Amino acid sequence: MSASNKWSFKVSSFIVGEDFWRGIVAIIVFLIFWEIGSRSEALFGFAFPWVGQVPAPSAVLKEIYRLIQEPSFWHSGYLSTRRVLEGFFAAMLVGIPLGLAMAVSRTFYGITFPVFEVLRPIPPLAWVPAAIIFWPTQELSIAFVTFLGAFFTIVINVIGGAQSIDVRYFQAARSMGSSTFDIFRRIILPGVLPSIVVGATVGIGITWAVVVAAEMISGGGSAGSMGGAAGGGLGFFIWNSYVGGSYTQIVAGMISIGAAGYMSSAILRKIGQLLTPWLAEG
Amino acid sequence: MQMFRAKVSALPSSSSQAFGSQVVVSNVSKSYGAGAFAKEVVHNCSFTIERGKLTVMIGPSGCGKSTLIRLIAGFERPSSGTITVDDKPVNGPGVDRLVVFQETALFPWMTTYDNIMYGPRARHEDTPEMREFAESLLQKVGLAAFRGKYPSQLSGGMQRRAELARSMINRPNVMILDEPFRGLDAMTKRLMQEYYANLYHEFRRTTFFVTTDIDEAIYLADRILIMTNIPTQVRAVIEVNLPRPRQVENITESDEANAIKMQALSLLHEEAMKSFARGSKAAADFVEAYSKRMTKK
Repeated sequence: MSASNKWSFKVSSFIVGEDFWRGIVAIIVFLIFWEIGSRSEALFGFAFPWVGQVPAPSAVLKEIYRLIQEPSFWHSGYLSTRRVLEGFFAAMLVGIPLGLAMAVSRTFYGITFPVFEVLRPIPPLAWVPAAIIFWPTQELSIAFVTFLGAFFTIVINVIGGAQSIDVRYFQAARSMGSSTFDIFRRIILPGVLPSIVVGATVGIGITWAVVVAAEMISGGGSAGSMGGAAGGGLGFFIWNSYVGGSYTQIVAGMISIGAAGYMSSAILRKIGQLLTPWLAEG
Repeated sequence: MQMFRAKVSALPSSSSQAFGSQVVVSNVSKSYGAGAFAKEVVHNCSFTIERGKLTVMIGPSGCGKSTLIRLIAGFERPSSGTITVDDKPVNGPGVDRLVVFQETALFPWMTTYDNIMYGPRARHEDTPEMREFAESLLQKVGLAAFRGKYPSQLSGGMQRRAELARSMINRPNVMILDEPFRGLDAMTKRLMQEYYANLYHEFRRTTFFVTTDIDEAIYLADRILIMTNIPTQVRAVIEVNLPRPRQVENITESDEANAIKMQALSLLHEEAMKSFARGSKAAADFVEAYSKRMTKK
């Protein structure tokens, strides 16, 4: 009843709270060390290992400022986001029913689990060559690989969530006259929901990791649809920057992926909180 | 405490009549595992849960009380022997025998009101009369203001009361309570006991109440079944003919109650001593019960 009040209270306490400022300070300190490291050759006469080769944050910031005014950069971001969402929703659509079926039916579990467990350890990127052969277009190959990235995590979470539901809930429901369907709808589904949220939040992070690599390997899918080097998604954008020797652009691309992944997880976590209000503390 | 009493006593009392079913457990044994690994938990156990009476089962921890509950509720089948409810054998769970579980088994994703309405909705009985009944139960268990809260937002005592209401709305012929007040702090526990005794006094349904607390047993019971250590059987049956409604203070001062307590404790002592050798939790429980007795005398 005071959910919105509580929420805004939380936000404001986060912004003025200790954790918020600690986070800001940590990021600033990190940037300062990075800046010093990048300028080490000019400052100390020799380049620090590794960080000495990395473009300075000030240069990267300038590059980001330039990039956000370029439509082709946004188009890269759009292509990657679309692939992530396609793969992610496909994984949810297939993974949730499959996980539920595996959790509910012992026979189905016995049949599918061994196959599932053999396929699961194969890294999504190992599927890239096969995917390119199997699927008619590059776009579908990339979407398929992103799908795999989220799929296994979601299925495993759904199975685990269903299996960890307290057996007394089933006993109570059965005693009170619930049908099997009623138990599925009112006990199993809400009981699994928190695990689905966890699976989705972790899964979309993996999806971002996978889409970028898949874009690099497969050469950007429908690259060049906007003309220009940055037409094939953020992964291809980074790879192209590397080929073109623009280091600031590489780091800017990396940061934009980090930001996109963070936002996706944050949005899913928020949706998850709305879907599972009973888990809120207090 | 005063609040509960006032609310309960304000309702019309129907305590002269007894309701519910009679449960007969005869020669029931239950083993888990097979062959050399088989472990017998219940051995040739027979007793009757009498109609309209509050039967309390007390025994050392881990002696097989919860197993007997699962057998009577129909979640599990006995290895041998029979259990009947009004002469009909038990075949699986049914709405005539409802269990209020240890700790809490409220559905965490449902509000208090939805939890209480679970049974009626499961049976497609979400009628205006049922909703009215749910309202009156919410009032009766003092949770009307907490109808929209989730179980995690309720205190331990509130959770138990919500669970009592969730069972009572289904008008079971037998209420089975498995250590319902375990894990509550001493003050809340006592409040709940008084509250529950009043509720029982009003409804008079056949009730099977399991506990490890001898004071709780004497305060609530019409009959006490004292169980042996695992594999469990009935060691003794004690009739408690103290007048109702009872007051905790009167019980502790009554000679009759104290005599029952001494008798029960000496039997429980013997049973608990048997499990000392096993180093089980029963030993700790016994020491607790024993030290309680020493401080009171």
